[in-house]
Amino acid sequence: MATTQVERYSFDVVRWFTVMAVVYLVVGTLLGVYIASELAWPVLNFDLAELSFGRLRPLHTNAVIFAFGGCVLMATAFYSVQRTCGVRLWSDKLAWFTFWGWNLIIVGAVITLPLGLTSGKEYAELEWPLDIAIALVWIAYTVNFVMTVATRKTSHIYVSNWFFMGMMVMITYLHVVNSLAIPVGLWDSYSVFSGVQDAMIQWWWGHNAVGFYLTAGFLGIMYYFVPKQANRPIFSYRLSVIHFWALMFGYVWLGAHHLQYTALPDWTGSLGAAVSLAMIIPSWGGAINGMMTLSGAWDKLRDDYILRFLIMSLAFYAMSTFEGPVMSAKTVNALSHYTDWTVGHVHSGALGWVAMVASGAIYHMVEKLWDTRIYSPKLVNTHFWLATIGTVVYITAMWVSGIMQGMMWRMYDDNGVLLYTFAESVYEMHPYYAMRAIGGMIFWLGGAIMLYNVVMTIRQAAGRRVSAAVATA
Amino acid sequence: MADQIHSTKLQDKTERNVFVMLVMLAILVAIPGAVEIIPLFYLDETMEHNQHPEIVWDRPEGATLADWKAGDGVRPYTALELAGREIYLREGCYTCHSQMIRPFRDEKERYGHYSLASESMYDHPFQWGSKRTGPDLARVGGKYSDDWHRRHLKAPRSVVAESVMPNYPWLEKATLDPAQVKKMMRAMQMVGVPYREEDFASGYAEVQGKSEMEAMIAYLQVLGTMVRFEDKDYRN
Repeated sequence: MATTQVERYSFDVVRWFTVMAVVYLVVGTLLGVYIASELAWPVLNFDLAELSFGRLRPLHTNAVIFAFGGCVLMATAFYSVQRTCGVRLWSDKLAWFTFWGWNLIIVGAVITLPLGLTSGKEYAELEWPLDIAIALVWIAYTVNFVMTVATRKTSHIYVSNWFFMGMMVMITYLHVVNSLAIPVGLWDSYSVFSGVQDAMIQWWWGHNAVGFYLTAGFLGIMYYFVPKQANRPIFSYRLSVIHFWALMFGYVWLGAHHLQYTALPDWTGSLGAAVSLAMIIPSWGGAINGMMTLSGAWDKLRDDYILRFLIMSLAFYAMSTFEGPVMSAKTVNALSHYTDWTVGHVHSGALGWVAMVASGAIYHMVEKLWDTRIYSPKLVNTHFWLATIGTVVYITAMWVSGIMQGMMWRMYDDNGVLLYTFAESVYEMHPYYAMRAIGGMIFWLGGAIMLYNVVMTIRQAAGRRVSAAVATA
Repeated sequence: MADQIHSTKLQDKTERNVFVMLVMLAILVAIPGAVEIIPLFYLDETMEHNQHPEIVWDRPEGATLADWKAGDGVRPYTALELAGREIYLREGCYTCHSQMIRPFRDEKERYGHYSLASESMYDHPFQWGSKRTGPDLARVGGKYSDDWHRRHLKAPRSVVAESVMPNYPWLEKATLDPAQVKKMMRAMQMVGVPYREEDFASGYAEVQGKSEMEAMIAYLQVLGTMVRFEDKDYRN
C-alpha cells in the first residue's frame, strides 16, 4: 500500500545522476592516470591509434568535465533547487530527457574521440552533431531549473540558485558561439572562425568553462551543501551578494590571459590580465563566506568527514584562485605559459576544489536520497586523505616540472647560446611525470573507494526497505 | 519578515523575480565577451597584412597553388597540406605542440621569428595550442628533411632518444580519399578560404594515391615558410 506513495520531491532522477557522477569520477580519473603514464612511459601508447595520447587526452578532459562535472551539476542543482524552493521539479519528463540525453552524449564522446573524430578545439572537441545535442540538453536543464525556481514557495531565491543560473546562461552563450562550424560530413566540420579571432573565442569559452561551469556552478553547490552539512546559516548574506555579481561580471574577461604575448593584440591580453588580478577579491569572497560559515563550530571537522571534504575544497579553491591571478601577471605568464605549471594549476582546481566539493555534496546527498547513513564513515575519511594527498603530490610534481621547463627553455650559457636543447628538457621531466601519475593514481584510488562505499550504502538502504516491507506485510 | 529588504531595492526585486534575475545575468555576462571579441573582427591593426599587404600572397590570375614559392606570402593550403592538417587535428597534435612563437629572445633562437596573426588567417580552427610537451611547430617547415619526418613520425625515439611522443605507424599504411579532400576544400571555401574553382580539380589529382604520411609531412614542411621575414619588421 505504501508503495503507491509519491515522493514529495522528484528525487529518482537525482539518484541516477548521483550514481553516474561517481562512476564517471572513477572512469575519468583513470583515463587521466593512463595518459599521465603515457607521458612517463611512452610504450603505453602501444602503437594503437585509439590509445594514443593525442586521442585519449580529449577523452579524459571530456570525461571529467562533461561526464563527471555535468552529472554532479545536474544532480546537485536538481536536488538543491527542490529543497530551497519547497517544490517538485517543474517537469519530470524534461529531467529524464536531461539525464538520458546527457548520458547518450557521453556515450557518443567515448565512441567518437578515440576514433579521432574531433573539431580540434581544446576542451570543445566534440563534433557538431554532439554539439547540437549538448545545446538541446543544456537548454532543457536550464528551462526546468528556472521554471522550478519560478514556481517556488519561498519569497526570495536562495543564493545557490543564483550561481546555478549564472552558469546556465553563460554556458549557453559560450557553447553556441564557440561551436559554430560548417560541416564537411557527419563527423567532420570546420570552425567558422579562423586564426586570432578563433583563438580569442576558444579561450573565451575555455576560461569561462572553468569560470562558470567549474566555479560558479560548484559555488552553487558550496552555498547549499556547506551550510546544510554544518547545520549553520551562511556566514554573510551581503558578502554573497557582492561576490556573486562581481564574479559574474569579472570572470568573463579572463579568457584573453591565455593568449598573452601571442599574436592576439596586446590590448586584449592586457585587459584580460588586469581583470584577472582583480578577480582574487570576488574569488576569495566565496572562499571566506564558505569557510567562515564554520566559525564557532570548527570542532565539527573532528568527526564529520563529509564536512572535511567541503572545507578542504574551499582551501584548495582559495589556493588556486590566488595562483591563477599570479600566473596571469605578464612576467609570470612569460615563464609559466606552455609549461606543466598550467596543468598543475588546472588540477589544483579540478581535483582539490571541484572533485572535493562534489564528493562532499555527493556523500551528503546519498544519505538524504536513500534515507540512510553512509555504509562506512571510516572509508569516507580514507577517501578524504587519499584525495588530499593525491592532489598535493600531483600539483607539487607539476610545479617543479613546470618551473623547471620554463627556466630550461630560457637559460643561456656564458657565450650567450641557449644552454639546453628542447629534448634535454623533455628528458628532465621524466621523474616528475612519473610522480604525477602516482599522485593521480592515489587520487583515483580514493574515488574507487567512494564508488564502493556509495554502492554498499545503497544496497544497505535497499535491504532495509525490503525487510521493512516484509515486516509490514 | 518576508517583506523586509535586507539589501537594495534592485537586489531585492532581483531575488524575488527569477525572470528579472535571468535578464540581468543575460545582459551582464554578455558584455565582456563582446568587448574583447567583436573589435578583433574589424580593427585593422589586428591583422598585420592590413598594414603590410605583402604578407598575403597576391595570386595572379591563372596561377595555381603549385606556382607559389616559399616566402611569397600566406596562401590557402594545397590539397595535400590540407589533408595533412586534418590528420594533425585528428591525432590531437595540438595537445602537446604549440604553433605560436612569442616575441622573446630565447623563442626566436629556438624556433624563429615570432608568429604573426596573419599567418593563421586561413586556419579553421586555429592551432596555436596551449602546451609544449613537445617543441613549438609554427616554423618547423624546412628544418628537417622529409625522410627525417618519416622516421620520426613512425618511431620518434629512433631519431630523438628523449622523446615521449607516440609512434604513428598507421600513417604510412593509410591512403587518402581524394573525394573527401575535395569536400574539405569546399567546406574551407565556405568559411572564407579563397580557393578557386580550378583548385578543386587539381587538388583531387594532387592527393590521389598519396598516403597519410605524405600529407602529414607536406603540412609540417609548409609551416612557417609562407611569409618572408628578412629585413622586415611587422610589429611596432
